[in-house]
Amino acid sequence: MIHTMECAADAQSLISISLMKIHNSRTQRGGIKLHKNLLVSYVLRNARQVYVKEKYAEIYRMQQYEEVMTVCNEIQELNPLDLDAEDAGDEEQARAACCGEEASLCGSACHRGAAQPAAHARTASALFGCSPLEDGGKEPDPSYYRSCCMEAAPVPHCDQFPANGSTHCNITTVLDLDTHVVTTVENGYLHQDCCCCDALQCGQGAQSPAKKRKVEFGFCTSDGEEVSDLTSARKRAKREDCSYFHLDYTDTSNISNLISIFGSGFTGLLSRQADLEQICSKQVLASLGAWTRAIVAF
Amino acid sequence: MGEDAESPKINHTFLRDYVTEADVISTVEFNQTGDLLATGDKGGRVVIFQRETESKGESEEVGETGDSGEYNVYSTFQSHEPDFDYLKSLEIEEKINKIRWLPQQNAAHFLLSTNDKTIKLWKVSERDKRPEGYNLKDEEGRIKDISTITSLQVPVLKPTDLMVEVRPRRVFSNGHTYHVNSISVNSDGETYLSADDLRINMWHLGITDRSFNIVDIKPANMEDLTEVITAAEFHPHHCHLFVYSSSKGTLRLCDMRASALCDRHTKLFEEPEDPGSRSFFSEIISSVSDVKFSHSGRYLLTRDYLTAKVWDLNMDKGPVETYQVHEYLRSKLCSLYENDCIFDKFECVWNSSDSVIMTGAYNSFFRMFDRETGRGVTLEAWRESSKPRAVLRTRRVYNGGKRRRGDVGVDSLDFTKKILHMAWHPSENIIAIAATNNLYIFQDRVNPEAQVQ
Repeated sequence: MIHTMECAADAQSLISISLMKIHNSRTQRGGIKLHKNLLVSYVLRNARQVYVKEKYAEIYRMQQYEEVMTVCNEIQELNPLDLDAEDAGDEEQARAACCGEEASLCGSACHRGAAQPAAHARTASALFGCSPLEDGGKEPDPSYYRSCCMEAAPVPHCDQFPANGSTHCNITTVLDLDTHVVTTVENGYLHQDCCCCDALQCGQGAQSPAKKRKVEFGFCTSDGEEVSDLTSARKRAKREDCSYFHLDYTDTSNISNLISIFGSGFTGLLSRQADLEQICSKQVLASLGAWTRAIVAF
Repeated sequence: MGEDAESPKINHTFLRDYVTEADVISTVEFNQTGDLLATGDKGGRVVIFQRETESKGESEEVGETGDSGEYNVYSTFQSHEPDFDYLKSLEIEEKINKIRWLPQQNAAHFLLSTNDKTIKLWKVSERDKRPEGYNLKDEEGRIKDISTITSLQVPVLKPTDLMVEVRPRRVFSNGHTYHVNSISVNSDGETYLSADDLRINMWHLGITDRSFNIVDIKPANMEDLTEVITAAEFHPHHCHLFVYSSSKGTLRLCDMRASALCDRHTKLFEEPEDPGSRSFFSEIISSVSDVKFSHSGRYLLTRDYLTAKVWDLNMDKGPVETYQVHEYLRSKLCSLYENDCIFDKFECVWNSSDSVIMTGAYNSFFRMFDRETGRGVTLEAWRESSKPRAVLRTRRVYNGGKRRRGDVGVDSLDFTKKILHMAWHPSENIIAIAATNNLYIFQDRVNPEAQVQ
């Protein structure tokens, strides 16, 4: 029976439901159903897009400084991941900068920041904190703009989104069912958008770590999909405790990685433009971590 | 009801409704003559039914042909067992995903059955004679004492009770990394294809240790995956053509003469998406769950969550006909997503003359659409309302507007009773409908033979 009144069509609940389905699919008989999980990831993507748009609309509607502060506080509660001791100082500075009559200046600066595709991620956090509605047409003071909206450049994105409080990138391990090659992807959050100088560290050189592993374990994939040497493959299977389909349930950071994989993974689903929306979505993805912890707690 | 007056307190009716998961039918298929009907279930068993033939002297009053139309159990066997892939630590379900009959070439019948990973070829043969009169063995099979044998005799075949033997003849294993969703026998009678989520392989019926990969849509980086293969079928007449459907709602016609690997399609059938109807679930409801060539080979029938579509092979811009199966569910998609019903894969079938298409729905309903008039009818496969030889009455789902007596409200639909699998007799108007663990066979007594256009 369908209970039409209880259907929760808002993006947030759809994201939670989708994550639950992905989580449950690991224990289903017969192995993970690729088709079903792909469809669930589409729903996840759609819900995320709507959620980001709604958040945008919500932010742009804020006019008052008090409302801005309320949202800032709310965001902080939802995003404990973003706030380390190191970041606290920056946040205070940003908040102090976006105050009172200077809010409009900040706003226009943020708005200009939004137009620049190469804006740093700090712009995103500032957007959440600033009211970028007023565009007085004035030229913002560059130094003021920087302190409000931007971190001192250039800072690798990896360091700004620690999933578990550390400043290091997250590590995701993916097991290819055909070739049995294990690929390690660092910085699970939208690694294609990551513009770190050190490409290898941020997973863009995903192929080379994979190749490295091939040589290490002496696993030959040139035979094609059939595993010719079962013993070496079995040893590999034992050694690789964490694979894409066998994430440790108790490690919530791995669950956030799963989200980021479904966010960044199936990247055919995502626009490859490194526009602000994508960067904002990193914030959204980071905030999903809180929800998944709630789910894991069941 | 079977309950006597002395013990009215305990109601056992709920026991009748309890269904063992293993008994749920997962595939239904007629053979090429329609004399045999095979069903596969989640427990890995195959049950074959055979049509009863009337004896010559008696005929039904309606004045039809000698066949009574009744199907009785012919043979039952365990096709697949639960398996375990130790390398990947994955359990392999024994559920029979598909059964396909081979064209009959001799007295025996052959069928292919598949679970998620392994395809098997089974030989179904009858034995109604046995040799008697051996020289070295007595009637019970014991070896005779040679010294007692004084003369030689030639063993003769004597009639005996009919025995149906089913033996596995081929096992096609290790061909698929992902879950097999379709098998299809080629019109050449020698090869068949098997399709999983990302690949399609072509096998020779006589060779089990190798197969040709003819389609591979696995991306180099799995994170770039956007679609999977959902169904595949060979053309009924052209042995070089096959079609496969994707989760994105597209169909691809491939010609094996073009190249060894048919990743690049010969024709792509796609309907542009209506931007006005976009929702969270647009991708899910556009995923094609089944594709079938018409008997003529000219048309394709596809099923997605809410519609059934007929495509002309000569026109790839969009379907030529679209039938709304249960449009009233469009506003309920969120709930259907929550209870997983939105992932149900409905099958669709043509009748023998390609004039009618049929597909399943919920609440034990199934729908038939007459292609000429465009009209659809809803029928029900439910024990309580269909006694043997009773006439099926049409049903209606009420969703606003004038409500008639007997209409079922949308919110009263039972989504656990889903008609996913069905088959239509190749030449007559006989249909087989699988409803959970029950098999219903309906026959059109008014027009038993299909009207040839």
